[in-house]
Amino acid sequence: MTVLDTDLRPAEPPRYVVFWRRYRRNRAALLGLFLFAIVVLMALTAGLVDPGDPLRRAGQPLVPPFVDASTPLGTDQLGRSILSQLFYGARISLLVGVLATLVSIIIGIVIGALAGYFGGWVDDLLMRVTEAFQTIPNFVLLLTLVAILGSKIEWITVAIGVVSWTAPARMVRAEFMSLRNREFVDAARNLGVSNTSLIFREILPNALPPIIVYASVIMALSILLESALAFLGLGDPNYASWGNMIGQGRAVLRTAWYCSAIPGIAIVLTVLSFSLLGEGLNDAMNPRQKQ
Amino acid sequence: MTVEAKPILEVRDLRIALPKGSDRPFALQGLNLNVHAGEIVCMVGESGSGKSLSAGAIMRLLPEPHVTVAGGEITFEGEDLLAKSEAEMRKLRGNRISMIFQEPMTALNPQKTVGWQIDEVLKLHMGAKRKERQAHAIEMLKRVHIPDPESAYNAYPHQISGGQRQRVMIAMALALSPKLVIADEPTTALDVTTQLQILKLIRDLQKEEGAGVLFITHDFGVVAEIADHVIVLRQGEVVEQGPAGQVLNDPQHPYTQALIASVPDLLPPPHKPVTTRPTVLKGTGLRKTFAARGGLLTGKRKAVVAVKDLSFELHQGETLGVVGESGSGKTTVSRLVTRLLDADAGAVEVDGTDLLACSPAELRGMRKHIQMVFQDPMASLNPRKRVVDIIAQGPIVHGEDPEKARARARELLELVELSPAAANRFPHEFSGGQRQRIGIARALAMEPKVIVADEPVSALDVSVQAQVLKLLAELRHRMNLSLLFVTHDLRVAAQLCDRIIVMQKGEVVEAGFTAEVFADPQHPYTRNLLASIPGRTWTPPYRKTDAA
Repeated sequence: MTVLDTDLRPAEPPRYVVFWRRYRRNRAALLGLFLFAIVVLMALTAGLVDPGDPLRRAGQPLVPPFVDASTPLGTDQLGRSILSQLFYGARISLLVGVLATLVSIIIGIVIGALAGYFGGWVDDLLMRVTEAFQTIPNFVLLLTLVAILGSKIEWITVAIGVVSWTAPARMVRAEFMSLRNREFVDAARNLGVSNTSLIFREILPNALPPIIVYASVIMALSILLESALAFLGLGDPNYASWGNMIGQGRAVLRTAWYCSAIPGIAIVLTVLSFSLLGEGLNDAMNPRQKQ
Repeated sequence: MTVEAKPILEVRDLRIALPKGSDRPFALQGLNLNVHAGEIVCMVGESGSGKSLSAGAIMRLLPEPHVTVAGGEITFEGEDLLAKSEAEMRKLRGNRISMIFQEPMTALNPQKTVGWQIDEVLKLHMGAKRKERQAHAIEMLKRVHIPDPESAYNAYPHQISGGQRQRVMIAMALALSPKLVIADEPTTALDVTTQLQILKLIRDLQKEEGAGVLFITHDFGVVAEIADHVIVLRQGEVVEQGPAGQVLNDPQHPYTQALIASVPDLLPPPHKPVTTRPTVLKGTGLRKTFAARGGLLTGKRKAVVAVKDLSFELHQGETLGVVGESGSGKTTVSRLVTRLLDADAGAVEVDGTDLLACSPAELRGMRKHIQMVFQDPMASLNPRKRVVDIIAQGPIVHGEDPEKARARARELLELVELSPAAANRFPHEFSGGQRQRIGIARALAMEPKVIVADEPVSALDVSVQAQVLKLLAELRHRMNLSLLFVTHDLRVAAQLCDRIIVMQKGEVVEAGFTAEVFADPQHPYTRNLLASIPGRTWTPPYRKTDAA
């Protein structure tokens, strides 16, 4: 026989190399990564920039930016340094962003996976619950939860996670419904693999890419939600957060615009970085893209 | 046929360039072909040979700008097609050159009626009144032997059968009496009995019209059925061409010889006396009905009976073939006996234990005795797992030490003739045949009593198919495997199965030793099936010399 089937194709480079190659083709995604790195750096170096409490009085109130060297970005109406609040605020934003996203993705995966894998009445029940959550605008639900649970930063994070799990749950469900009928799932079931392993070890890894991409969107949304809460004065007053800064700066918007504009720009750039990051991940994880 | 006449289509030194970074620079290199009036030219090749792209080049339907014609000439009735503008090509397409596609369901617009779609072609090129066009369309439907053409004219594509859809495609293609018809695997998606009817139809109509046909296929049986002239392609290069009789019966190039040798033999092997051996798998009274779940307002749809009252026995070391066309319920059978689907009634006994009566926990234990090889080698391997883990997964689930299981997986890779270096790769790095070998290794890893193979070779090219079949036959012999082999391909069944059961619409219409069923079929359906095998009158040449 001249047509031999047993020779192997040359080995491919490791997955992460391919992944990075695809990712870096998208310039906007690289910008997103760069901005994200800056936010992380800010969060990490907050203690170095200002070792003290960011909420202490650092100078005269309402000093404009670039006037006093000890408060480079100026001070707010209570004389607190805007620069150090900005750096410490990055911590809160990241913390809220990452944890709330984790909470929502985990709830979403569990509910979506069960509904999509089992179908039938399990699906009906879980989807009705999901719809119940979806009918309430999520910011209203968030306000209610925070009103009940109180304004501690931990509860705010959990509450943000709880109001944003519905979209990932639907997404996971759709992925599971299409994957559960694939032959490799039947093949694993035929080996005697249990339902739990089928869900989490066979199907879930295949369903993850779109969910990871969507996680970046949720992260951006969580930061916005936290800021919106803080803007309304429902944020945790014990921490410097960008939303708190905007909320308090609002009172002096006409005389000292920089009090709310600076944290506003920080939020815009952070959210932008997450959505660019998500877009880049989407491109890089799409198997149809070559190299 | 006047051979001296100028050919309708002349292709000279056609080259088609692939995008950078593909496995080869040219999809097609130096293709020369002539299609004369009243002649059927078959272009044969395996997947990736560039046969479909050459059709695309003639119709100028290449996926440009990624794939482009890099050089050569295409002359149609003396006119240079490559020099024509897009508008001129549009006038030609559907009018003087037309095309029949592989998948009639996707080639027809599901939103429009059959009549509307034929009318669209006529509107573009015929310039007649609506009444006349409708009469012509119905006349065409009549000519392709669609029962009740008037009602078919108003039907939507999903309301008619697959064979009828392909007839509609042919009616559309021939509506304006084109000089050249390009048929791209027009019967691949169809059942054998329908395939034969469609092939006959194409041949008859082509004779009436005197058109030239360029027929693309991968199946030598179909070639034997229909071709006047054959062109064999391999990786974009023509390896052999000539009159059909010559290429089929006296192939010169080693590749053609290998391809023809890979066509499974229609003569079944002499049967072994197996009835004395113990029964390993026994199905009794199996029944499965698919209750279509209706919506809240639409009410219940009619339930479909997939399998009714099926009983069979599989002896130790025997291969039992389950044969039938699509919709016969043969795939449902493979899912029922492995309990991937729950049967409505009946029993499946593996070594005396009823699989269908097992509790979920018992079932997981029993699964190691009955393993399955799936149809689609891409879909049946988890794309996120390494090959070694895929193969070792079963034994690990059943309590084998992971290190031992992986070592055994590497041995199994060698057994299925793959290099052990393959162990740490992911499924997408393999070709179709190699993936199917991995699937077989996974089934063998469990040391099962029975292997159920659901169309394991139907997604593979013929040469790869022959290798996988050979491997299966060898393994069966060496390991004394018992196989339940589901297939639609009677040639494959003839090669591998000791006994077969023939299914039609969920019922067994005939059962017996393969040799006996093939030699003397009792049921009219079996006879019809056997008579529809493409190229059944053609015996590949090397076997003749063997017999001499």
